[in-house]
Amino acid sequence: MSTSPKILSTFLTAVALVAVLTGGSLSAADHWAYQPLSTAPPPAANNVPWVRNTIDEFVWDKLQEVGIATSPPADPATLVKRLYYDLHGLAPSYDDVAALANDPSDESYAQLVDRLLSSERFAERWARHWLDIARYADSNGFEKDSNRPNAWRYRDWVIDAIHQDMPFDQFTVEQLAGDMFPDSTPEQLLATAFHRQTLTNTEGGTDKEQWRVAAVMDRTETLGAAWLGLTVGCARCHDHKYDDITQREYYQLFAYFNNGDEVNTDVAKSPEKYRQYELAHEAYQGRVAELRAEVKLVGAQALERQPAREEDLLRQLAVAVDDPLQLHAVEVVSASSTSGQPLRVLEDRSLLAANREVKHDTYTVVVRVPVAEFQRLVLEVLPHDSLPQQGPGLASSGNFMLSEVRVFPGESTEGTPIPLVDRGADFSQDEWHSSQAVDGDPKTGWSVAPEFGEPHQASFDSEETVPLGDQHTLTVVLDQQYESGFHLIGCFRLSVVSGTDPDRILPPTLREIMSLPSAERSADQAKQLANHLLTLDPEYAEIASRFKTLEAEAPQPPLMSVRVIRERQKDRRQTHILHRGEFLQPGEEVSPGTLATLPPVQPSTRVVPDRLELARWLISGQNPLVPRVAVNHIWYHLFGQGIVRTLNDFGIQGESPTHPKLLDWLAADYLRLDWSRKKLIKLIVMSATYRQSSHHRPELTEFDPTNRWLYRQNRFRVEAETVRDLYLSASGLLSSKVGGPSVFPPIPAGITDVNYNSSFKWKVSGGENRYRRGMYTFFKRTAPHPNLTTFDCPDSNVTCVQRTRSNTPLGALITLNNEVYHEAAQALAQRVLAASMPTDQDRLDYAFRLCVARSPSQHEVEALQRLLDASRRWFDQDSEGADKLVGSYTVEKLSNAETAAWVATARIVLNMDQFITRE
Amino acid sequence: MSLWMDQAQRTRREFFNTTASGLGGLALGSVLTRDGLITRATAVESNLAKQHVNELTHFAPRARSCIFFFMAGAPSQIDLFDPKPRLNELHGEPLPKEVWEKSRFAFIKPETARLMGSPRKFSRYGSCGMEFSDLLPHLGGCADDLLMVRSIFSEEFNHHPGQLMMQCGVSRFGMPTMGSWVTYGLGSESENLPGYVVLTAGRGSSGGATLYQSGFLPSSYSGVLFRNAGEPVLNLNNPNGLPPELQREGLDALAKINRGRYQEVHDPEITSRIKNYELANRMQTAAPELTDLSGETRATLDDYGIGRPEPTGETYRGSLPHLRTFDSFARNCLLARRMVERGVRFINVIHASWDQHSDLDYHLTHNATAVDQPIAALIRDLKQRGLLDETLVVFGSEFGRTPLGENRNKRKYNTGRDHHPRCFTMLLAGGGIRGGQIYGATDEVGWSITENPVHINDLHATILHLFGLDHLRLTHRFQGRDFRLTDVGGNVVEAWIA
Repeated sequence: MSTSPKILSTFLTAVALVAVLTGGSLSAADHWAYQPLSTAPPPAANNVPWVRNTIDEFVWDKLQEVGIATSPPADPATLVKRLYYDLHGLAPSYDDVAALANDPSDESYAQLVDRLLSSERFAERWARHWLDIARYADSNGFEKDSNRPNAWRYRDWVIDAIHQDMPFDQFTVEQLAGDMFPDSTPEQLLATAFHRQTLTNTEGGTDKEQWRVAAVMDRTETLGAAWLGLTVGCARCHDHKYDDITQREYYQLFAYFNNGDEVNTDVAKSPEKYRQYELAHEAYQGRVAELRAEVKLVGAQALERQPAREEDLLRQLAVAVDDPLQLHAVEVVSASSTSGQPLRVLEDRSLLAANREVKHDTYTVVVRVPVAEFQRLVLEVLPHDSLPQQGPGLASSGNFMLSEVRVFPGESTEGTPIPLVDRGADFSQDEWHSSQAVDGDPKTGWSVAPEFGEPHQASFDSEETVPLGDQHTLTVVLDQQYESGFHLIGCFRLSVVSGTDPDRILPPTLREIMSLPSAERSADQAKQLANHLLTLDPEYAEIASRFKTLEAEAPQPPLMSVRVIRERQKDRRQTHILHRGEFLQPGEEVSPGTLATLPPVQPSTRVVPDRLELARWLISGQNPLVPRVAVNHIWYHLFGQGIVRTLNDFGIQGESPTHPKLLDWLAADYLRLDWSRKKLIKLIVMSATYRQSSHHRPELTEFDPTNRWLYRQNRFRVEAETVRDLYLSASGLLSSKVGGPSVFPPIPAGITDVNYNSSFKWKVSGGENRYRRGMYTFFKRTAPHPNLTTFDCPDSNVTCVQRTRSNTPLGALITLNNEVYHEAAQALAQRVLAASMPTDQDRLDYAFRLCVARSPSQHEVEALQRLLDASRRWFDQDSEGADKLVGSYTVEKLSNAETAAWVATARIVLNMDQFITRE
Repeated sequence: MSLWMDQAQRTRREFFNTTASGLGGLALGSVLTRDGLITRATAVESNLAKQHVNELTHFAPRARSCIFFFMAGAPSQIDLFDPKPRLNELHGEPLPKEVWEKSRFAFIKPETARLMGSPRKFSRYGSCGMEFSDLLPHLGGCADDLLMVRSIFSEEFNHHPGQLMMQCGVSRFGMPTMGSWVTYGLGSESENLPGYVVLTAGRGSSGGATLYQSGFLPSSYSGVLFRNAGEPVLNLNNPNGLPPELQREGLDALAKINRGRYQEVHDPEITSRIKNYELANRMQTAAPELTDLSGETRATLDDYGIGRPEPTGETYRGSLPHLRTFDSFARNCLLARRMVERGVRFINVIHASWDQHSDLDYHLTHNATAVDQPIAALIRDLKQRGLLDETLVVFGSEFGRTPLGENRNKRKYNTGRDHHPRCFTMLLAGGGIRGGQIYGATDEVGWSITENPVHINDLHATILHLFGLDHLRLTHRFQGRDFRLTDVGGNVVEAWIA
């Protein structure tokens, strides 16, 4: 090596300078990223002992060139931990370390790799990488930021695809254009939910077209970043300043997406659940057929009994004619409210409330009625001059909300209220119907906007008539619990009804039919009547009710509605160049098309160029950017840096690859491996390059501070979700449940208050859902979980191919003090103590192994032992503190003081830099 | 180290926490170096010394901190700041078609909409004679310190996009907010507190946490939400039962282990982590000290209106009773002063919601009463303590409201106003602002700007300028482009500067 590193460094800087200065003037067509994949053979270094596979040949060659030696391989503990962190994102298993130390052969290492790759833990870990790109979240984004309760189904699709090792070309086509196959399956339709991760603005008064265009732009730009590694967004308003992307080309790409409509479709909640359903459904069909035969038999017998029943009904109706319904105003015995505000009885027997500052209230009115049996309550709400907008409510609009009405026989509210059914109101506000005043849900009820200043009435029937005893008294309770408050009834009056209600004997339409001689009834009328009479037949009613019960047991297909994209067939949109990117300023019309710098789209049989064509163009193998970008992503996740370090910019302003030939060889190899993600990952982790130690080499920090030449592995803090997962897995708390609806682990109070939609509540999940992997945490875009964002989880508003890795005191406060992380410390202490080991040193050793799969060094033991002793001294004096620190994680036959000392120590083990650092 | 060092490498170094002072120092230091304005050695040294802020700026700074009052939802400038006697005369008249034809509306149907006068009375205040409505008597008392800009405009007329526009200079997600840019450029002056802090009172805003995000800048430039009750910063309190003594003991053990690891692997990131744990521990003391108001005099608390009675009754917009908005906003104002005293660079005080599409007068009265006294008290307090000169106070919103009335909920007459980005009013004071002046003007009904229009990018350019930063040079490379707070616009408004 004739050039010293130092001189070379100066030289490289100069080259970089020239490149930057002339960046704009280099011909874009000559730019490396647009060239076909190089087919140059690997440097012939396969006889070098260090080299394990072809990757190493390229790396070795480069290191030779710059005169740097490779680093030794990492020790087994670090290697196993590295594989666990990279492939699963979970704490390593010490058994695997022991096995590898015992048998450090390639075969033994490869077996471990295969095992890790085949696990669903791997699929979850790598799905999360893709979800960053897909800008996946559980809410709409803008303003009210409403939840997307089914968004998780797409997340599960990604996990499943990665678990099955769906080839990346298929993975690409299904997500970009899964709706466009001649016979797309529901799962393929679901894949297009990739496009539905865009933000939605449902704010009142928005222009729908503006936000539709914004979403299509986002799809266009996400395609650019995720598959092409190009900043096509720069060409939204004008031709790209540096790269060869014209504004026209931007809108040609945009045109591919412009006819994708946002629709919903049904898919199985999971493929497995659907298989189970099909089996259950078949068995159920058998039971239905059996009972149906029985119903038929009983029905035939009941029909024979009908003439007699008809006569009986006629007799009852004759009685009703002599005893007509009458309305009776009630006499108010007493009236009170839980708020204490008076209910004043007015001359017309109505009651008036006046306090507008009462948020929620329940009125209780005891009344005496001139009837012996209770069958119907009539509630009138009345205007009054003292009320806002003349009422009838106390809210500033004049409205009220009656949550529930309850009626009790006698003068107290003890016992069970009389079951009531709604008989309707003269007017109900949309979605606030009088029936909701007897539905048992205090959040819903009867309101009357905008019909204020006028009287209204609602009636409620007792299911059965109820005798009222000697006193003829009733207690009526009006419950008013409108969520935001202040919607109380201002003025109201109560009445009851006496007499025999013919409707209770037979509904009016059937009475009319029965009044006809049977010969004059139409077939349809006869059938209506017969059906009703059947319901009155006790034997038939019994079997009918059994049938109904069986029907209710019918297994439901486990389907759910998901948001997907469907290509528009009718009224297709024309695409125009939008001046300055403004949707209100359409210019020249354009057709779908790609970038002139890249190989053309293959002539296809499709009538109109469409998304499917675009997707196939990406993965045709002719387009050199896609495999380069894809392997670069994978490399980035295994080295913490890409071969092209600007992951999102392969354009002229981006950095050149550190190892261009390696990048191209890997890209070509990805194609040779039929785009198998798992095979490519295995290839990389088997390399000697990957297996190097990550120790920094001070002598090289001047020459290559960021390890461009791969003379070592990299150390970097793990991602936000993985920080959580490591804590939960090392402490043994982690749930292994895969997929399903997003969950709500504990969140500090007040976080979701910053969201405008104050109705959003973070209801903390119970059971194992409290301990699910970080990737399952519900992601509310305007109020994301701070444990995630503080560790740089992307905001999921736009695609993210590369996270930042901050190192902040706020992160330290989370892992030291946050509820979830402290719980992990409690659980780890319990786990260590429960193992009943003889000495402190054994226990510290075990704690270390659980976290970082190795034994502590002497100075680590000393530091922790000192802390442990200090903690013991403290908690011996502070048993109350010990109880608090241990919480529910007590250990049998051990004082809480001792356990607390271990909690105080375990939390420091969990806070070690090496624990949250992939080394 | 190469000037073209990697993003990740830079990122690490830029954290306020890593060096506890100059974080942004390097960011700007490198900008300046690139521009050849200072030598690299200066940039590195200044990174270590907080008093070298002057060397980090492009020109002499006037402001050291900024308190930005963000009234989310858009207060009605017509009823607060910009009196329109002619509008009252035209009450009930339609707006001429040629005026509204080219406008977009959120809710109003312009063909049938009618102008709505203001029921508020305006008076002149101070020797400058600045007009305020009777809803803002206290702010009126500060007139001679205030710059009232009546000609701000925006292009966004929905809340969330508009709020992003005001905070980020462009209405897109994933962009850094003003406070992020300022701390990115200048770092924090506090050794124990974050440089960019957010305080909220009352109901949340449409934008939620996106109004103080750091976008593509590292998350350490995100606004840190301080709470004025309970734990001031998330996770500040030790786990229940763990005394400070054992936190210290634990951190000592941790530092030993981490230092040992550093000896083995020589990764400078470990050193940063050790420092951050120490800063975290200092924050555990500093933040509660900051939010502890027991050292303030009764007179001060009363000036700010802390402990004022909360209004009762139905106040559903912006002030659910349990949120205790009056007290909590007043506390935030006092906390803002205490933060300025302790070197916090940028304080974003958010108050929502001012979105009065109906019952405007009722709700505006409520909101104005909530904020008027505390903000005025803060300005006076800063002035009295000699802090106003270097503290920029800004009061604004994402847009204004229409002179046209709006009728929601089928009321008998118009009771509200719609969104109006075409013109609205903001207030600025201190930090190099020439007070006692009104800038810009609108037409006789307050529909359009007639004089000195100011785009939000201009406002941002001027704010950065007051901090000594050139908005064209404070940039960050992301996805192939050098981004700045002022997007592709921005002109410093010289007339505002004293």
